[in-house]
Amino acid sequence: MKIAVCVKEVPDAGASRRHDPAADHRLVRDGDPALNPFDAHAIEAALQHAEGADGVTVTAVCMGPASAQRSVQKALALGADDAVLISDDALAGSDVLGTARVLAAAIERGGYDLVLMGQQSADGECWVLPGVVAALLGWPVLTQAASLSIEDGSVRIDRQAEAGYEKVGASLPAIVSVSDAINEPRYPSLKAIMGAKRKPLEQLDLAALDLPAGSVGQDGARSIVRSVGDPPPQPGGTVIEDDGSAADRIVEFLRERNLV
Amino acid sequence: MGSLLVYVESSEGQFTTGSLGVAAKAAALAGELSTSVTAVVVGPGASERAATLGSHGVGRVLAVDGARGDEPSATEVADAVVAAVRAESPLLVMANASVLGAEVAGLVAGRLGLGIATDAVDASISDGSVIVTKPAFDDSVWVECGWAGEGETAGVALFRAGSFSADPVNGATAEVVGIEPEGSERHVEFLGRAESTDEGVDITQADVLVGAGRGLGGPDQFGVVESLAQALGGAVATTRAVVDAGWYDYSTQVGQTGKTVAPKLYIAAGISGAIQHKIGMQSSGTIVAINKDANAPIFEYADFGVVGDLFEVLPKLEQAIRESS
Repeated sequence: MKIAVCVKEVPDAGASRRHDPAADHRLVRDGDPALNPFDAHAIEAALQHAEGADGVTVTAVCMGPASAQRSVQKALALGADDAVLISDDALAGSDVLGTARVLAAAIERGGYDLVLMGQQSADGECWVLPGVVAALLGWPVLTQAASLSIEDGSVRIDRQAEAGYEKVGASLPAIVSVSDAINEPRYPSLKAIMGAKRKPLEQLDLAALDLPAGSVGQDGARSIVRSVGDPPPQPGGTVIEDDGSAADRIVEFLRERNLV
Repeated sequence: MGSLLVYVESSEGQFTTGSLGVAAKAAALAGELSTSVTAVVVGPGASERAATLGSHGVGRVLAVDGARGDEPSATEVADAVVAAVRAESPLLVMANASVLGAEVAGLVAGRLGLGIATDAVDASISDGSVIVTKPAFDDSVWVECGWAGEGETAGVALFRAGSFSADPVNGATAEVVGIEPEGSERHVEFLGRAESTDEGVDITQADVLVGAGRGLGGPDQFGVVESLAQALGGAVATTRAVVDAGWYDYSTQVGQTGKTVAPKLYIAAGISGAIQHKIGMQSSGTIVAINKDANAPIFEYADFGVVGDLFEVLPKLEQAIRESS
């Protein structure tokens, strides 16, 4: 059985992000990019299945600039057997549909039985990519798995939806996104980090995926950002550091509002 | 001019509040554009209750009765929405961002090659086209999204739950038309729902809630929030992470999946305040937050925030409250 885990490189979550009116409202991101933390849960879910069954391989599939190799290495260090990185200048400016077209083509080329994703990217936060990729492949999609079982050529998940916990399932091949509550991702050992450098990493460009020009990147984008601005002002609250007196300060605040 | 097409979701035999809100917003936009709203409904008994959507501003409903399981799956709904788009050539497809709604939106965009804008909180008209507004990067910037490309249908817009009021606007009835979409070859199966086990406190009725997040650290650490809640005459609320980890009962969960609460006072302990939680408690009268992480989003909308260790702060707070009352 071949499992693919889609991974993305995202800006460091702790770093400041702001838009720059002087630079055409582009987003300015500080800090080093890193593996999308939600994807680590998908890798962990794949590894846990691979460790409990025979003949299961786990491949990390990433679309991103050449610099995303760092995050792909992280996926390999966590335990993926090999990786595919799709990089091409023509991919810059891809929207959700364009990104899905690239991932669907890479998944078709790799012949996987199951594709796992994180529930969202920490930067795009779109949540819908699994559905778009599934539609392009004609596969079923199950999202936000809080638990996952794979047997007899099918996958079943439990998940939280608006009306409570529900069970949904589908036959393989299928796309599944996992919630960040499904597991605690492992930390790679130093040995695994060193070993990751010797694992196969295939680099592909658009030509290798046989995607028509204009279907991806800026030219293929069907949803566009018209403008970026400041959020509406919110009444700012008070934030203090606890120096031992925080409890008293809270009580004082609650008393002012007649809440105690 | 094409209509605005809204997927109105059914759950346990009722239309969901979030998707009725999107229908109401669509009706307001349709008024400005001099067009109409068409809804797609799927599920057991959907066509019987569909006429009532007229009171939410829907002119016409395309209905698919029944489902393979007790509830329709994402593939069944996507089949219906795709059939509706092909029949109606709407200007835009709109849906509420529930778990199912997000799957449906993705499937429809992929199958029809449409652009998709997610996490929208508002929509407006610009040059005869509907554009949407969405917060990004933990709500630190506000982005306006539009559409590119050929074709009558601009794209799919998915709205953050609770963005719009779902109150009926009048007593009109909608025209209901049954449709039989071509089914997908590969389906998702709805296999059932876990029975709720807890008949405990109804947190939506409490004046004071002490919210406990992942910062509690484990299921045996809840004494500190339980006794503070007791001192305040309130109840304990939790986050999805806490419930999914099995630390506390689902009936206490606040957020997009979970309950929506609006107590006079909400004390968030060890809760980062991600948008899924915020949706469920942002209408609280006063929000106090205690979190170790100074960058936690909760501090952006708390009325009073403490960067500190909840295990230090909460016991002292409880003591001070017991002494003052």
